[in-house]
Amino acid sequence: MLARRIIPCLDVRDGRVVKGVKFRNHEDVGGIVELARRYAREGADELVFYDITASARGATVEPEWVSAVAREIDIPFCVAGGIRSVDDARARLFAGADKISVNSPALENPGLIDALAREFGCQCVVLGVDSRLIAGQWRVHQFTGDPDKTRTVERRTLDWIAEGIDRGAGEVVLNCMDMDGVRDGYDIEQLAAARAACSTPLIASGGAGRKEHFKSAFELANVDGALAASVFHKRVMEIGELKAYLGAEGIRVRS
Amino acid sequence: MTIGLIDTGCANIASVRFALERAGLNHVVVRDADETGDCDRLILPGVGAAGPAMDRLRARGWDVSLRIDGRPLLGICLGMQLLFETSDEGNAACLELLPGQVRQLPRTDGLVWPHMGWNTLEAPAADEPLLRGIPAGTHVYFVHGFYVPAGAVTRAQCDYGAAISAIVRREHVSGCQFHPERSGLAGARILSNFASI
Repeated sequence: MLARRIIPCLDVRDGRVVKGVKFRNHEDVGGIVELARRYAREGADELVFYDITASARGATVEPEWVSAVAREIDIPFCVAGGIRSVDDARARLFAGADKISVNSPALENPGLIDALAREFGCQCVVLGVDSRLIAGQWRVHQFTGDPDKTRTVERRTLDWIAEGIDRGAGEVVLNCMDMDGVRDGYDIEQLAAARAACSTPLIASGGAGRKEHFKSAFELANVDGALAASVFHKRVMEIGELKAYLGAEGIRVRS
Repeated sequence: MTIGLIDTGCANIASVRFALERAGLNHVVVRDADETGDCDRLILPGVGAAGPAMDRLRARGWDVSLRIDGRPLLGICLGMQLLFETSDEGNAACLELLPGQVRQLPRTDGLVWPHMGWNTLEAPAADEPLLRGIPAGTHVYFVHGFYVPAGAVTRAQCDYGAAISAIVRREHVSGCQFHPERSGLAGARILSNFASI
């Protein structure tokens, strides 16, 4: 049986892993390779690296650290941040990343998703979606790596997810911004709505604070994986301990 | 022992190369069949689509050379699928080293597509050398939308809306649908097992 995935998320800025609350006030939490190694050892099923400044600055992630991570760890990882072209994606995949995730550049140019899926196969292409409730509707946000440049676009979150999958995205990471970093639990309602609109794997992001939150995301929103950052960075819980809890609760995890 | 890692130019071979490094397995990257003189076994990795991958293999003569090669061969993911006769992915003709067709995974209700994540190896053949030290139920990492239905050459399977060939073998030709290079300690063991066949 397919296991539900626990995915630590490492927000990368200027070569270090950082973490903010609701996308602001970032603090340094460690070195990239050092944290990647620790999480792989503790039982993480996959890692996601977001270069949170890349899109906002018009820069792209550096393949050097992608390669350093690939050399070090024996679990899959995804790289996100400022991938604007097939060439950007190729550099990261050839450096050893298993998947690439597109967010802001895909909003500017949705055809990028088609081009990436055609070139590398949809299994490599992850659609990252930052979403927030506005006037009763979930809406997509853009450029969230930099508070001064963050803006809401007109797209409705669920429409964008469906379009992204039609265009060839093989996985969706839904980051519920209202919950990000506050550890009050995942946005179950939004995730469940996204699940219904999403035929590919769906990964929950934003809000994990306690073990029960992971359980709820899997049981109530039926997500394939749950992504979290601060609870792991700050050692609120260990991944092994979380997976033991989930296993005991009847949720299938990789031991 | 030297493994020749076949680089078709369209697959991400870095992660396989790094996994061989971590496992301490000697290897060289080979682009053409005439570069394999020092190799006593070959790995055909694969990410991407069947049609373009076969085009590149043919352009470098691998379709002919692999047919007459007697060295142990391990195809990984798409590389495993290419060992078979044809693929539904773009209706591609493949290497025909193993009998069978590559099909699209059914988009069954309640199962997301593609098959992505850690799933278990089931019904392992007791005498499969790649599986030495790997018990049934071991989790390995899969990412694929096409598959080879379990059949005569299947040595371990995985269930995901269909009985998927997870490990295949006939004589010296073998393959893994999953990614041993991204399957933690179990994956490293499988690569080491391949190196000691």
